[in-house]
Parts: sequence; C-alpha cells; structure tokens
Amino acid sequence: MKTASTRTALIVDDSAVIRKVARRILETLDFSVRDAEDGETALAMCAEAMPSVILLDWNMPNMDGYEVLRQLRQSSRGDQPKVLFCTTENDVGAIARALRAGADEYIMKPFDREILTAKLDQVGLATHPSEAA
Amino acid sequence: MTEADFTFLRDYLRKRSGLSLGGEKRYLVESRLSPVCRRFGIGTLADLVGTLRLSREGPLERAVVEAMTTNETFFFRDRAPFDLFRDVLLPRAIAARASVRRLRIWSAAASTGQEPYSLAMLIHEAAAQLAGWQIEIVGTDLSTEVLEKARLGLYSHFEVQRGLPVQLLVKHFTQVGEQWRISPKIAGMVSYRPLNLLQSFEHLGQFDIVYCRNVLIYFDAPTKADVLQRIAKVLAPDGAVLLGAAETVIGLTDALAPDGEHRGLYRHPATSARAPLPHRLAAGF
Repeated sequence: MKTASTRTALIVDDSAVIRKVARRILETLDFSVRDAEDGETALAMCAEAMPSVILLDWNMPNMDGYEVLRQLRQSSRGDQPKVLFCTTENDVGAIARALRAGADEYIMKPFDREILTAKLDQVGLATHPSEAA
Repeated sequence: MTEADFTFLRDYLRKRSGLSLGGEKRYLVESRLSPVCRRFGIGTLADLVGTLRLSREGPLERAVVEAMTTNETFFFRDRAPFDLFRDVLLPRAIAARASVRRLRIWSAAASTGQEPYSLAMLIHEAAAQLAGWQIEIVGTDLSTEVLEKARLGLYSHFEVQRGLPVQLLVKHFTQVGEQWRISPKIAGMVSYRPLNLLQSFEHLGQFDIVYCRNVLIYFDAPTKADVLQRIAKVLAPDGAVLLGAAETVIGLTDALAPDGEHRGLYRHPATSARAPLPHRLAAGF
C-alpha cells in the first residue's frame, strides 16, 4: 500500500509548460509538489513550509533564480532544501556561478524524467522507480 | 524475422562475441540491426542474414557484433560501485601498494569511456596521497567504434547530465560547442585497447582492481566461467574484481570468491576466506 509522501518539491519557473512537465515527473517519483511562477512567491512558500527540493529556474522576470537562491541560503533556517538549478544555458560560467551561490546540482532544460531522476539521486533524494508510472 | 534467421544470428553472435541471446531478445536484434542494414544499404534483416551467411570477417560483420554488444553506460553508473572504489578499494590500494607506488586498474567493458573516466576522476580526488605514483587505467571493449568515442572524450549535454556530479563537470570538462570534453589530465590516465573477452587477455598484464560490470550477463554459463577464471589469472594475489549487480561467480567458478563484506566484490579465495574483517583491513586488500 502506498503511504502519503513526506518528500516535497517546489517548482519555480515562469513557464507554465515547464511547471506542468516537472510536476508530472515529480509526482510519479512520489513527491508532493507545489509550484510558483516567480521568485517572490517561491520565497513566501518556503517561509511557510520548506520543501525537500527546489527546482529553480535561472531566468525569471523581477527576481531571478540567483537572487532567490541567495536569499534562501542567507536565511538561518536549518531545514535548507536541496536546490536543482534549471537553465537553458549550458555554459560552464553560468553553472559555476550557480554552484557558488549554493546550488546543489543543475539541470539543463528541457529535461526529462531520466535526467531529473539522476539528479535527485545525486543530491541524496533517491527515487522510487518501482512506484513510477 | 523468421525463426531460421533468428537462430542463425543467435549462433553467429554467440560464436563471435559470446553473446547469449534468449528467444525473448528478438526485438533487440531487430532494433539494433536495422540501423546496420541502413548503414550498409541492405534492404531487410533477411538480406542481412543472407549476406552474413556468405561472408567472412569484414566491416559488416564487425558492425553487426558491435551493434549487438554495445551497452548503455553513463558516468558513475549505479553509484555504489564508485562509492566502493572511493571509500574502500582505493584507500586499501594506497595502503597495500605504498612501497611500489604502482596501481593498475582494468575497466573490462569500457564502452564509451564513462566508467574508466569516472574511476580516473575519483583517483584525481585522492591526488594528494598519490604523488609520484604510477597509475594506469586500461579500458577495453569489443567495439572499436565505442573506444574511438572514449578516446575522443567528447560527450553530449545529455551524457554529462546522467550521473556526473556537477562539481566534477565544472572541474574536469570544458565546453566545445554543444559538447563537453574531458580534461587531458583525466584522459591521460586511461588507455584504451580493443579486446574480445572470449580471447586471451594475459598480454594486458596483472591488475590490482578489475571492474567487469554488466558484460557477463550477455554470456552463457560456460563462457562466464571461462572469462572469470581468466580474469582471476590476471588479478594480483590481493586484487579485487567488481561485477555488475546482476552478476556473480557463485556456481560458475572457484577461482574467485565473494568478498563477504561488499556486494559485487570478489577476490582470490585465499584472500576472501583468510581472515576476519580487522585483519583484512589491516592487510590492505
């Protein structure tokens, strides 16, 4: 019998398509999923309940992913989430900058289930493939 | 594909590469050999079989064997074998080989290079303890085509995202257009040679650590036993062999025995059974 998931994910991306794709994948991996279309909403959601993992877009209007990450890592909360940085840029400079800002891993968009699963494994959030659709 | 054609291909592949194909693998034959047909301008699988029946060794024959035996791979595949290397095998090897300062590792199904390069990156992380050491990683594969890619050390964005921690990507790869090239420092630790595991490999010399993962599963039992016995012959007396998660020596050969402590790890029987854990740790391997 499947128990309610205690693993939570927050998808932060201004693209509704990306949010939808990511949600579908994460739900098959037994995550309880929330999403936000901008950085400010994401930070408010984190203040309310910190997720296990955040899929964070780099390029967003108003507050970009870098700023969200900076504010998140500056907070003194002990329940820091794993952060997978999502970007369409694949240059090593952008990736290095994200790592310096405190990202745990990065994902090149558009991503698929296999890549996302691999990245979650790498940050210690082992997936449950047998429960996947 | 007709039953007769499938039987021919099954026998053909078994004889040339040791590949053991069950009847349920018919789809695999069709999906992997159809591109070969296209590449050589052959209309159908039946025509391919007809050509193979008449021909001897040549590019087509090699392409057929390579297409059927090329395995999927990615950096740090399955993770546990690499954690074991970093946390157990490498520290023990550093202790056991401190006087000779020489370490030889064999990646027996190197494919496109991800496994030997993953090992090389882990060795690089321990560089401080390995100054002045002579370290050699030998990557072998049946397919010359995959070894060519391994030597190039160029990977797509998709390939570097599967299993490779981003910190190691940034550290050991540079971008070349849409691809990523492994650094000369890591590439220089690995040498590649084509090798059919069915044939002798004594010429490769003795190894301290052998990674032979996810290749024996394609062989029948007598072939597995033969390959394992010959691996034991090139393994240092205190060496270690790591097999894939679905592979074992049990019931096949007495030349290697389970380590008893780490799943998938095998040693010469005398080493495995010699002493309880604390003694073995103290002895290195």
